[in-house]
Amino acid sequence: MWLKSGYAKLIAHLLCLLPFAGLVWAVFNNGLGANPVEKLTHETGDWTLRFLLLTLSLTPLRQWTGQAAWIRFRRMLGLYTFFYVSCHFLIWFVADHSLDLGYMAEDIVKRPYITLGFSAFLLLVPLAVTSNQFMIRRLGKKWKSLHQLVYLILLLGVLHFLWLVKADYLEPGIYAIIAVILLVHRLGPIRRLGVKSSPVAR
Amino acid sequence: MIKIKKRWEIAESEVTPEPLYRRRREFMQAAGTIGGALLLNPLAAAQAALEIGDYRKNVVTLDDKLTDEADATSYNNFYEFGTDKEDPKRNSRRFKTDDWKIEVSGECEKPGTYGLEDLVKPFPIEERIYRLRCVEAWSMVIPWLGVPLGSILGSFQPTSKAKYVAFRTLYDPVRMPGQQRSVLNWPYREGLTIAEAMHPLTIMSVGMYGKSMPNQNGAPIRLVVPWKYGFKSIKSIVSIEFVETRPPTSWNMAAASEYGFYSNVNPEVDHPRWSQKRERRIGEIFKRDTLMFNGYAAEVAGLYDDLDLTVNF
Repeated sequence: MWLKSGYAKLIAHLLCLLPFAGLVWAVFNNGLGANPVEKLTHETGDWTLRFLLLTLSLTPLRQWTGQAAWIRFRRMLGLYTFFYVSCHFLIWFVADHSLDLGYMAEDIVKRPYITLGFSAFLLLVPLAVTSNQFMIRRLGKKWKSLHQLVYLILLLGVLHFLWLVKADYLEPGIYAIIAVILLVHRLGPIRRLGVKSSPVAR
Repeated sequence: MIKIKKRWEIAESEVTPEPLYRRRREFMQAAGTIGGALLLNPLAAAQAALEIGDYRKNVVTLDDKLTDEADATSYNNFYEFGTDKEDPKRNSRRFKTDDWKIEVSGECEKPGTYGLEDLVKPFPIEERIYRLRCVEAWSMVIPWLGVPLGSILGSFQPTSKAKYVAFRTLYDPVRMPGQQRSVLNWPYREGLTIAEAMHPLTIMSVGMYGKSMPNQNGAPIRLVVPWKYGFKSIKSIVSIEFVETRPPTSWNMAAASEYGFYSNVNPEVDHPRWSQKRERRIGEIFKRDTLMFNGYAAEVAGLYDDLDLTVNF
């Protein structure tokens, strides 16, 4: 099964880095248009959401295809999500706010869409930091609870996007719909688990 | 610093080219006088919209560096052609502005349907370098070619009932495919108080960078009100109406709490969702401080002495 091969992970890494490579190339080849900072911020934000949705689609994919091997890629995709959100945040902090912490703090507090975005970024940090075998073993059951935060992060990310557009809700709307589909899909089994466990509680 | 040339200061190099000088009589003959029914020479009308011939250079200039023409013509908010910044250039390639007509109506002595040339040709075209500040917090410096709106409006003899001037953009979802989606309530509408409309800084622009207006920038004729957020500078105008009461304006209709009628550039009044204190000058990486009235406070602040600008944003 090609999913299980060593090459699969290598190819996956290359694919995950492709958007980044594209952006780097664009920076040096005037491929970002008249407002390169805005384009970079938007693109890295887009890729953060896409990788987040991809990460969350692996479990449904496993259920749908019956192939457990899809889960091999979940940590990688999760970490790339963190990679792209870090790029997104750095561009915003450096180019939009000229590394001015006070100015940045003011925006985080006063602008709801930025409050949500920054919160999503902050919440991704513990998830990224605990994405290794050592922490999985160390945290045990708590690891799974911690990583449930990814659903809140998805919600915050989608709302962040919806809240910053002026009038055209098409693009963030599409992300919102996919997010809702994934969320509903995940909540399904949990609800069923709740029904199953109540006889045990009695 | 804004430098305004005296009316008589014209450079020696501004000699009227002979072909234009000859054709000028054609236009004058065809146009007749402003007012009443006009019969344009159909051949003249069939030529490309407005050709920019002679113009007075540097009537208004700035110390600021000009935005690259490539940027000014490829980064546009013109939802009639799509909502991405690159959409207007891409989707307006085949937009034709030949035989452009403007409907003048309302509280004035000389309403009617006017051809583009009729409106503009009686007045010398001036080059004015203005800052343009978008509500999204980016800005450009553009060498517009145009005519003071006040001069044009004067031709129609507005009455004392004319307290506001209302403008409309073309509505044609076939030629302007972005209008097939209701991102805004089409046609695009804007308005000014009569004082703002008659202000010497307000112009009707028919070109930029020495050429006639590119489609993506609002061809063939648009408003430029440099002390207000860019969305007030309505593009591709087909209707001018003198009205007694404040007219509806598109962005105010879309989100009244975010886009007011005045929408004067004001770093002290934030957009509900983002700050207006700073802006990105296209071509630069780091943001710069936004200026009150986009740097035109000396020229326009007087218009708003009686107004609380936090309430009347």
